Amino acid sequence: MSADAKTRKKPPADAHQHAPNDSGITASDRRPTPRVGVFVCHCGINIAKTVDVKRVSEEIAKEPGVVIAEDYQYMCSVPGQQMIVDAVSQHNLNRIIVAACSPKMHEPTFRRAVGKAGLNPYLCEISNIREHCSWVHEDREQATEKAIDITRTILEKIRGDDSLDTTSTPVTKRALVIGGGIAGIQAALDIAGSGYEVILVERESSIGGHMAQLGETFPTLDCASCIFTPKIVEVAQNENIKLLAYSEVESVSGFVGQFEVKIRRKARSVDETVCTGCGICTEKCPTRVADEFNRGLVVHNPDKPRKPFGKRGAIYIPFAQAQPKVATIDRENCRYYQAGKCKVCEKVCGPKAIRFDQKDEIVTEKVGAIVIATGYETLPRGVYGEYGYGKYENVIDGLQLERMLSAAGPTAGDIRRPSDGKVPKEVVWIQCVGSRDESKGIPYCSKICCMYTAKQTRLYKHRVHDGQAYVFYMDIRAGGKRYEEFVKHAQVDEGTVYLRGRVSKIYERGDKLIVMGMDTLSGSQIEIPADMVVLATAIVPQHGTEEFARKLRVGIGENGFIAEAHVKLKPVETSTAGIFIAGAIQAPKDIPDTVAQAGCAASKVLNLFSNDTLTSEPIVASVDEELCSGCGLCIGACAYDARKMDEKKHIVVVEDVLCQGCGACRAACPSSACELKNFRTEQFINMVDAIT
Amino acid sequence: METTAGSKKALKFAYYPGCSLHATAVDYNESTLAVAEALGIDLVEVPDWSCCGSTPAHCTDELLAAALPAKNMIAAGTVADEMLVCCSACFSRLKFAQKHIEEKENIRTKLSKIMPVEQAQSIKVRHLLDVLVQDIGVEKIAELKQQDLGLKVACYYGCLLTRPPKVTELDDAEDPCFMDDLLTAAGMETVPWPYKTECCGASFSLTRTEIVLRLVADILQMAKEAEVDCISVACPLCHANLDMRQSDIKKKLGLKYDIPIFYFTQLLGMAFGLEQGKLGIGRSLVDCKELLAAKGIK
Repeated sequence: MSADAKTRKKPPADAHQHAPNDSGITASDRRPTPRVGVFVCHCGINIAKTVDVKRVSEEIAKEPGVVIAEDYQYMCSVPGQQMIVDAVSQHNLNRIIVAACSPKMHEPTFRRAVGKAGLNPYLCEISNIREHCSWVHEDREQATEKAIDITRTILEKIRGDDSLDTTSTPVTKRALVIGGGIAGIQAALDIAGSGYEVILVERESSIGGHMAQLGETFPTLDCASCIFTPKIVEVAQNENIKLLAYSEVESVSGFVGQFEVKIRRKARSVDETVCTGCGICTEKCPTRVADEFNRGLVVHNPDKPRKPFGKRGAIYIPFAQAQPKVATIDRENCRYYQAGKCKVCEKVCGPKAIRFDQKDEIVTEKVGAIVIATGYETLPRGVYGEYGYGKYENVIDGLQLERMLSAAGPTAGDIRRPSDGKVPKEVVWIQCVGSRDESKGIPYCSKICCMYTAKQTRLYKHRVHDGQAYVFYMDIRAGGKRYEEFVKHAQVDEGTVYLRGRVSKIYERGDKLIVMGMDTLSGSQIEIPADMVVLATAIVPQHGTEEFARKLRVGIGENGFIAEAHVKLKPVETSTAGIFIAGAIQAPKDIPDTVAQAGCAASKVLNLFSNDTLTSEPIVASVDEELCSGCGLCIGACAYDARKMDEKKHIVVVEDVLCQGCGACRAACPSSACELKNFRTEQFINMVDAIT
Repeated sequence: METTAGSKKALKFAYYPGCSLHATAVDYNESTLAVAEALGIDLVEVPDWSCCGSTPAHCTDELLAAALPAKNMIAAGTVADEMLVCCSACFSRLKFAQKHIEEKENIRTKLSKIMPVEQAQSIKVRHLLDVLVQDIGVEKIAELKQQDLGLKVACYYGCLLTRPPKVTELDDAEDPCFMDDLLTAAGMETVPWPYKTECCGASFSLTRTEIVLRLVADILQMAKEAEVDCISVACPLCHANLDMRQSDIKKKLGLKYDIPIFYFTQLLGMAFGLEQGKLGIGRSLVDCKELLAAKGIK
């Protein structure tokens, strides 16, 4: 196409009424006369089927300042990019527009090509005629008109674009991993294994998380302790891992490569460096309370009714393989803290490790990357009143049963019902308690319950040979390696009775639990007098996730889990650069998936650490000192802590490295003192005028 | 309506008794009016009210099932901003009608041709139980208590009062406790029992009596096992079935219960020390005099 031949339909740009308005007269003077090259992509048939790409390039070629306009099948291909490079030198171009897919897709590609041609990459703009046009329209005529209009607006924008320079900042090659369950442990080990220092923060007194609570794991039935304990020990022994248990992240500031994290080391009332973990204090402590590690499960002990299984002292070590293996005093239940008297633990402690006057301590760590692995919780008690969870002793949840199944649990692996310690002969499992129940606000599937329910029924049969297991289910979702076969084995070989339907109600009658339900396959109502009921309660995000996410400036998805940057293509990245997620805090997940995702998060961290410096995006906000009134509204609007008040001048200043260029400050500013580089108001007005 | 500054806004409702409270459930009506008076609730009967349509309307015609409640809700709007209902079935039909008018365009369009349907939507329909808990509050109930009844009570909510939750918008649909809260505040002992929301058979009482006998017997049995003195209800049809069918259950199923059935308003009224005659005590078929005498309730 002969591009230099132009007929001017519109007045020239310099005649534009808005052009002289802006504060940057000198800047526009500095801008050279635009010599724009426009490249229209067919994207195979993705664009060309709906948009007449030839016409788009013909029409745009008529616009003032456009020196050349061409179309090509795949602009993102190597020959496509080369077209741009060649055109720049042939036609002495100083601005490039690619009319193609979303800038999210290929803006970096084309900016690289433009850079190769010797231009500043920020003088390349994308006109999105695929997602914003061809994909969402059918009428070819109208879609073509729209594509032309979109490109015209971009042409107006690019006239006002300036060359921008990136800045580079150094990378601190240390990582913070938050959460010491299987996800956090795996990520920490993988990062530390590559020679980088890791700070592993865990809220509870020991690392281990939910996996440490489990009995045996699907689909192979190997015991959780046997496969997990070595990893826990590895964390403790790895010189690159600094373990901060019984600690919580207070605040995070900074940005990718240079985060500064304040961590609260909660007072254990025990000197970690002195305690040997012998456990004598935990036995001698006169207080006995329900143990959160056993999820509050307390089982009646028929031999010693006053000493039920499952309780712990006010000073405790959660489990035998705990790391760090040191005692912690639960001050809310400790006689000394509550009544001022006791101190038995101090008396029996050989190495003299008890510190009643210990205080919380705040430590500051500098890291380059963060992995969030804070995991899940299950639905709280009381949400299903009709199932009597929290009301009837013998209605327990899946994790409580795991504690019973664990050889190191309160019943040493025996299945006993809580009320009287008897072996339950008829046990009913109910799946989807909360999950897939929109009326309870949980529309999603908890993913692991079908599998662990099948596993628990099998382990029950292995321990109680004459027992009968029933499962009420909605659907069986056993997708995964060896999963379907595993469930089949429970159904066919181990005699678990699967009943498709919901349970309407459970009530106590005598020492039985009457389970009223429906078998929708036979169409009959069913009543089972059960000895014990196990609820597969829904997986929900760890409590406090919302506040925690705000601290870290990461997004929350619709169900309260932390949102990934892209559900398919960026499953471990968050909306904040340098912060990654692993495990069930993203969505309900089983152990194999969690381990895989943790490895992936670790590899992203390592990828980041392979750079000595990071370049930061130059499209940031600026403040016009003449116009700023110092009201500070923009400081509150900024999600990235990038704006500060200059107390002397009483105006707001921007910290470029923190600014993400979101533009929230500009919307908030009542004096129009905020501008975003290459997204200035003047440019937008011209863009709107171009099509109105 | 504005009242004198500083004092709490007086509670005023358009009172919709529904057919039952003027017929089989006269005692519910009497006790409601007496308790409302004691609590200072101003009840103005809905002018020229008619039947809500009940089961026959919604079993035969969707439009009729919305039109009859709408007519009454519009009438109610002429005397107050909120409408008070005692019968669970009336409550359910009125709330359902509002939901259907809001969600179903064909119903809304047809009705708007014959009545100002938006007026039916603007009124707030309340069940008496909800008003007592939310607007009056259990503290006030406790203050008004004059005598300790010493009764152990099973609160029976029936299947309709809280369900479906999206329509009724009351308490926990499957395990409601607000009647228990009220009676506990008034000094009675209430028990947790499993059949508080089971169906009593409702209108099958007339057409398929044998079903109702079985369902009611199950409910009475559970109450008996919970060792209660009486059952408290909030619905005329529940009352009818639980009270009236006890003699048939004795005859046909050979099960003898003799558990007195009270409206929760009757129990509250007695706790407030109101005259039994004004509360319709003694109108039930299962004798309660013996129980009240034994407990020394005057």
